[in-house]
Amino acid sequence: MSNHEQHDSEHQPIQRKDMSRRQFLSYTLGGTTAFMVGGAVLPMVRFAVDPLLAKGSESTLVKVLDESKVTTEPQEVRFKVHQVDAWYESETEKVAWISKDASNNVFALSPICKHLGCTVFWNTHGKSEYDCPCHDARYSKDGKNLAVANSPLDEYEVVVKDGVVYLGGIIPNTRA
Amino acid sequence: MFKNIYNWIDERLDITPLWRDVADHEVPEHVNPAHHFSAFVYCFGGLTFFITVIQILSGMFLTMYYVPDIVHAYASVDYLQHQIPFGNIVRGMHHFGASLVIVMMFLHTLRVFFTGSYKAPREMNWVVGMLIFFIMLGLGFTGYLLPWDNKAYYATKVGVEIAASVPIIGEYIAKILYGGDIVGARTLTTFFAVHVFFLPGALIAMLAAHFIMIRKQGISGPL
Repeated sequence: MSNHEQHDSEHQPIQRKDMSRRQFLSYTLGGTTAFMVGGAVLPMVRFAVDPLLAKGSESTLVKVLDESKVTTEPQEVRFKVHQVDAWYESETEKVAWISKDASNNVFALSPICKHLGCTVFWNTHGKSEYDCPCHDARYSKDGKNLAVANSPLDEYEVVVKDGVVYLGGIIPNTRA
Repeated sequence: MFKNIYNWIDERLDITPLWRDVADHEVPEHVNPAHHFSAFVYCFGGLTFFITVIQILSGMFLTMYYVPDIVHAYASVDYLQHQIPFGNIVRGMHHFGASLVIVMMFLHTLRVFFTGSYKAPREMNWVVGMLIFFIMLGLGFTGYLLPWDNKAYYATKVGVEIAASVPIIGEYIAKILYGGDIVGARTLTTFFAVHVFFLPGALIAMLAAHFIMIRKQGISGPL
């Protein structure tokens, strides 16, 4: 080691801002190491963070009931959607509360409470409101949050065609 | 910045001797390929370890998607390989690395054998090395079943039948490995547990012993 240093100082008075041999070597070795580690680790990281980057599943429209049966009083409808959950494929049941507003537009609310995700029900306390059994959150008929929750109930995408109501994906509330 | 963080910790905990002890040691001339190119044979042990690290890492990531259940195992492997980006690479690393680790380990064993490095005072390290060899074979055998395809099924059946041919205790070994009487649900969960928890734990303990001994005794001298 000391031999080496003497050798350097004898032959090269260092004036240029040269990279030392040691520095060059450590950069080269460090760069190569980083490249190899990156090559091994990056695929695994991308593999692991896939849930963050995967595209959400698209929703399909499902026929739920005849438009003539929809009243101004919200009613619960259950319908099956095909769910692909990684390697599990299943028919899963969804719930919507369907009603008409004053101008006869059909709308459907998702009963998933916007507070912490429990399921709300229409009119359990006889006050013509949606009530959540978990923390007493309340919503109006339009889904507007009246107590506890910070945002209104989500809506289902609604399509009425040939007198039949079809429901699609969940969208943010457009009414409250 | 990293230097400052390092110094701050080092002032308090004096960590420099810790990693110096691990990383800073003499490499004798006769094992340095820069001096004698034929010394590359001394790299096989390190390569085995390098691939083992890759196996542990890729295996950890694979378990994020794999389920050890006879109905869904194949589907989950199919999913992680074909639906998840880089899934074929991560599974490929584990699949091909498994073969490569056996090859490297075998070459390392040959090197140790032909340089006579197993001789006194290093006999214990040879024995530990042999234990590592069998743990690796066990990892290969148990891992082979996990994709739950035809090849996996019959390889396991044949492997366990061979184990069953051991005199007297053979049928008990087979029962334990099968987790019953057939290659089925309990075989898969047993092999998964052994592959993912028991053998890697044993492997890491044995590797630690292997490395502590080689550092204690040093690399064997030139031929």
